[in-house]
Amino acid sequence: MLTERSVISVNAIESIAVRADSIGAGHGNTLVLHGVSVAFAKGRWTSIVGPNGAGKSTLLLVLAGLLPHTGQVHLLGQPLASWSARQRAQQVAWLGQNQTGGDDLTAYDVALLGRLPHRPWLAAPSPADHAATMQALQATRAWDFRQRLLGHLSGGERQRVLLARALAVQAQVFLMDEPLTNLDPPHQADWMVLVRELVTQGKTVVSVLHEISIALQADDMLILNKGRVLHQGACTNVDTHQALAAVFAQRVSVRRTGEQWIALVKP
Amino acid sequence: MNVSRAWVVWAVVLPLLALALLALGACIGSTGFDSLFGLHNDPVATQIVWDIRLPRTLGAWLAGALLGLAGAVAQGLFRNPLADPFLLGSASGASLGVALALVLTGSAASQAAFDGAWLARLGLTGAAFVGALAGVLLTLALARGVQHTLRLLLAGVVVGVVLSAAKDLVTLAAPDMLQAMQAFMLGSTGFVGWPACVVMAAVLLPCLAVSRACAVALDGLSLGHATAQSLGLPLVGMRSALVAVLALATGTAVAQAGLIAFVGLAAPHVVRSLVKSTHSALLLLSALMGGLLLMLADVLARWVLAPQELPVGVLTAMLGGCYLLWLMHRQRSFGSTP
Repeated sequence: MLTERSVISVNAIESIAVRADSIGAGHGNTLVLHGVSVAFAKGRWTSIVGPNGAGKSTLLLVLAGLLPHTGQVHLLGQPLASWSARQRAQQVAWLGQNQTGGDDLTAYDVALLGRLPHRPWLAAPSPADHAATMQALQATRAWDFRQRLLGHLSGGERQRVLLARALAVQAQVFLMDEPLTNLDPPHQADWMVLVRELVTQGKTVVSVLHEISIALQADDMLILNKGRVLHQGACTNVDTHQALAAVFAQRVSVRRTGEQWIALVKP
Repeated sequence: MNVSRAWVVWAVVLPLLALALLALGACIGSTGFDSLFGLHNDPVATQIVWDIRLPRTLGAWLAGALLGLAGAVAQGLFRNPLADPFLLGSASGASLGVALALVLTGSAASQAAFDGAWLARLGLTGAAFVGALAGVLLTLALARGVQHTLRLLLAGVVVGVVLSAAKDLVTLAAPDMLQAMQAFMLGSTGFVGWPACVVMAAVLLPCLAVSRACAVALDGLSLGHATAQSLGLPLVGMRSALVAVLALATGTAVAQAGLIAFVGLAAPHVVRSLVKSTHSALLLLSALMGGLLLMLADVLARWVLAPQELPVGVLTAMLGGCYLLWLMHRQRSFGSTP
C-alpha cells in the first residue's frame, strides 16, 4: 500500500519527460560533458544556452540516444537503453544544427521521412502519414514549395522543411538544436507559436538557442558552461538572469520590456 | 496525391528503349547491318544472332544495370555524388585477380582466353570475382566495418592504390600476358555468352530487391548519420546489406565485362536530371539507365568502326567523361555547388 509521500514522488517522476543523471560524453577522445544531471518536465519548453563549446549540442545528442555516454538517461520514466530504436524514435524527435545533405529529395519527401518511425518496414506511407506530413509542412509554411528539391531552396526555406521533418514525427519530446538558424523574424515568431501549441498539447520541447531574447521566452532555462550545469530555472527568475550575465562574462544584461524579458549585448 | 509519380513513366520507357536497342544490337556485327527478317532461311546468320549478338547485347545491358545500381548505392552510402562503384577496391582487386590467374596458368591460357576458350574465360571470370570480393573485404577490414563513411572511403582509396601497384608488379614479371590483361582493363562485352547472362541476371534481381528494401536508409542517411539514427532505422544491418550489394553487383559486372568506366557514376546522375525521386525509385531507374547506357555503348562500339570493334570501356570512358564535364559546367553556370 502506498503512503501519501510515495504517491507524491511517483507523480513527480511521472511529470518528468526526460531525466539525465551524471552524464559524461564527448567526441573522440575529448570529453565535453562532465557529470551533467538535469530533468525536463512534461508540457514545458526549456531552452539551453551557454557559450560556444559548453556542450549544448552534445547534451541534446545524448538525450536523443544518439551518442554513447556514461551515466543514465530516462525517457518517460524508462531507461533510454530499454527502448528499442524504433520505439525511441516514435517518442523523441531530434533536429540537428546546420544539417546539410538531402539535396536530391523534394521538400515533401524530406518531411515524410519524419514518419519512418511509425511506418512498418517496406510499407508505403499510409493516409495518416501523408496527413501528418501535410500538417507539418503547413505549420512551418513550407507547403507551397513541397515539390521543390531541398538543394534548390534558400537557407530559411530549407530550415523550415527540416523543422517540418521533425514535427511530422509527432513525438512526445522534441529536441531541437538551433531551430531558428536562417529564419527571418516572422518565421521565428511562427516557430514560437508552434512550440507553444506543442507545449499546450503536453509535449516537451528542449531547444538550444543562441538568440538569448528568444531563449528567454521559454518556460525554463538550462545554462551550461564548460560541460557542466551552471543553472536551471524559470526564465522569469532573477537567479536565471544573474546566471546568464555570469556565464557570458557580464557582457549580457536582461531587461524587462512590457510583458517580455529581453537580453541586451553590452559592448 | 502529393508525391511525384513521374518515375513510373521512366520505369516503363527505359526498358522499352532497351528492347528496341536489343533488336538493333542483334542486327549489328562485324558483317555490318543485317536485317533480322531474312534470318529464318540462313542458319549461319541465325546462329550468329542467337549465339553471339543477342547474349552480348543483353549481357551489356545486365552488366550496365549492375554497375548503375552499384553506382546509385555507392553515391547514397557515401553521400557523395561523385562516388563510383569501384570505390571500395573491387576494381583493383579484380584486376589483380585476373593478373594472378594469367601468371599462374601461363601464357597459353592468356592466348586461349583471348581466343575465347570458355574454360579459360570461366577461370578468369572466377579470378576477377574473387579478386573483387577480396578487395572489398580488405577495405572493410581496414575500415573496421561499414559504420564510418570517411574511414571506408580512405580505406578504399588505399586498397585501390596498393592492389593496383601489386597488379603492375605481377604484370611486369610476365610481360607476355599484357595483351590479355589489357582486354580486361579496357572492358569488353565481346566475351559475354548466355551463361554469363544467366549469372548476371541471377545477381541483379536479388541485389535490386535487397537494395530497394534498404532504400529508406539511404534517404535518411542523406540528411546525415545522426538524423537517420534518430529515425530509428536499423542502420547497421541496412548499411551492411547495401555494402554487400555494392560488392556483389560490382564484382559480378567486372568479372563478366572487365573494368567498364563511368557507367556506374553517370547512370544515377542521368536519372536525377530526368526525375525527382527518393532512393527507392532512383535505385531501380539507375539500374535501368545503366543497362541502357552500356547497351548503347556496346552497339556503338561495334558499329562505328565496323568490321573493327572499339573496346566498349574506352567508349564509355570518353562519353561518360564528356557528360560529367558538361554536368559540372551546367552546375557552375547555375551557380549552385555540385
